[in-house]
Amino acid sequence: MSAAERDQAAVDHAPAIRMRSAGEGGLVIEMGRVIAPRINAAVQHLAEKLSRKRPEGMIEVVPAYCSLLVYFDPLVLSRAALVEAVARIVAGDLEPEVAASERVRIIQIPVCYGGEFGPDLDYVAQVHGLTTEKVITIHRARSYRVYMVGFTPGFPYLGELSERIATPRLEKPRTLVPRGSVGIAGTQTGIYPVDSPGGWRLIGRTPVPLFMPEAAHPFLFSPGDNVRFNSVTADRYREIARQVEAGSYLPEVVSACREGAGV
Amino acid sequence: MIKVIAPGWFSTVQDAGRWGYQAYGMPVAGAMDRYAYRVANLLAGNRRGAAALELTMLGGVFQFQQACLIAIAGADMSAHLDGVRIANWSAVRVPAGGVLALGYALTGCRAYLAVKGGIDTPLVLGSHSTYIRAGVGGLGGRALRTGDVLPVGRLGSAGIGPAALPGELVPSYEHEIRLKVMLGPQDDLFRAEAIRTFFESSYTVSNEADRMGFRLEGPKIPHADRVEIISDALPEGAVQVPPDGMPIVMMADRQTTGGYPKIATVIGPSLPFLAQGRPGDRVCFERSSEEEALAALRLEEQRCLDMQRFLELEECRRLFGGA
Repeated sequence: MSAAERDQAAVDHAPAIRMRSAGEGGLVIEMGRVIAPRINAAVQHLAEKLSRKRPEGMIEVVPAYCSLLVYFDPLVLSRAALVEAVARIVAGDLEPEVAASERVRIIQIPVCYGGEFGPDLDYVAQVHGLTTEKVITIHRARSYRVYMVGFTPGFPYLGELSERIATPRLEKPRTLVPRGSVGIAGTQTGIYPVDSPGGWRLIGRTPVPLFMPEAAHPFLFSPGDNVRFNSVTADRYREIARQVEAGSYLPEVVSACREGAGV
Repeated sequence: MIKVIAPGWFSTVQDAGRWGYQAYGMPVAGAMDRYAYRVANLLAGNRRGAAALELTMLGGVFQFQQACLIAIAGADMSAHLDGVRIANWSAVRVPAGGVLALGYALTGCRAYLAVKGGIDTPLVLGSHSTYIRAGVGGLGGRALRTGDVLPVGRLGSAGIGPAALPGELVPSYEHEIRLKVMLGPQDDLFRAEAIRTFFESSYTVSNEADRMGFRLEGPKIPHADRVEIISDALPEGAVQVPPDGMPIVMMADRQTTGGYPKIATVIGPSLPFLAQGRPGDRVCFERSSEEEALAALRLEEQRCLDMQRFLELEECRRLFGGA
């Protein structure tokens, strides 16, 4: 099923929003049970509204693919009052026209594919009976939605990858994946912001930093952003890396109306 | 300034955690045992949330350049100040050049060393907490090493002096740990039998027990059908059940999101007891209603308020010679 089909299915079988408890200070709001842009947009929209409204006693909102977790201090804000605040937002503000007017950021990410930067590119090509060039072309062809940022600081879970190059994770994760590595896992693609262990198939690497703890804006990606990959040569990779080092590189970001049915 | 003469086994700067950035994948980190950490700060006359040292299993040796008030709480690492044993869960004055030595934990696993004024390493995203996996916070984003020098904040205004915590406020760390949990958020992905196994079994803390999570070993908790869920946020204390059926309790350095079902969540006031657990300790889960969890939370809060009142009274007695 394509993302659009799943969106349609999500609308057709719209499940009621489910609230679950996660300890005395956690509320999980489940807005669906499939990975679909519309559900994910609704999750991010609610997260934003709640963060802006910030009822007293609410600590933090963590949006994921189809649910969000609200941390709260139950000695200040009761679960019942929080649930009511959520219900009010959901009832009043999740109208499609509100979401339709949203603008989206498209962030361009230069990637040097294959070679030492993408040790699994050959494998991915081989498994799917494609040339490595074709794999790169397919990977670059789409813009991807940041469904969620998680795992390590700034790691974007991007969807959705063409089935033609979708590849399962490594059976045994690598103990060290260098930061900047671009990987694929099933129909997801993502970028490792810091050196970490990891099991995704690595097809390239970007010199662009995704996590800068000392910067005014430490995280390159926010949930809901769009990402496009550009193929660059190893020389251009090193040139950008030098600019990053010198603090003179700014990733290209454009703002556009969100694509898709109503979101 | 505090000079690190010996760093102990694994010592880091921690505060109440780096809240507010989990939407960007930034783990909260912070003190593993929030109660002992809070008490250490109270005893040291610090504001809530001041940074302290979290010492793990083996304490270390620290020299204080200036005279100051320090407090220790949590695991008992038989602290000695200039060779003289000092009581755990207490605050003492340290002369300039004084040396504090902490040994192997006799009880528990994690001790907190607070110094009046707080450890003053640079704030990263609003917190002093060390998160090792991303090299963020604390001293260079890493555990302490021999020769490190830790800055101490300007002394607070509260005039609290040496004191020991009343015995009834001191928790006892056992090798049999009973943890109160609330079911959910995904208990519906387990059959009644699996939930019974979870509550009626005793689990052992494995060697994979660190700031990120405690992997437990014992009777397998079978999934009803799905062994994975669409990744969602991981709450503090979440009991994740991966495909092998062995529960993992997620702790301070947990990743922000995860893809395994969470059968239950350890309630906040219970979590410090697990933070003090060691490999080989036994863990049992007890079901708690939301009301019981809130009562436990109120009790924890009340204990801290009682302690503050007690410390203020002690100070009055000291200053005015008896009430």
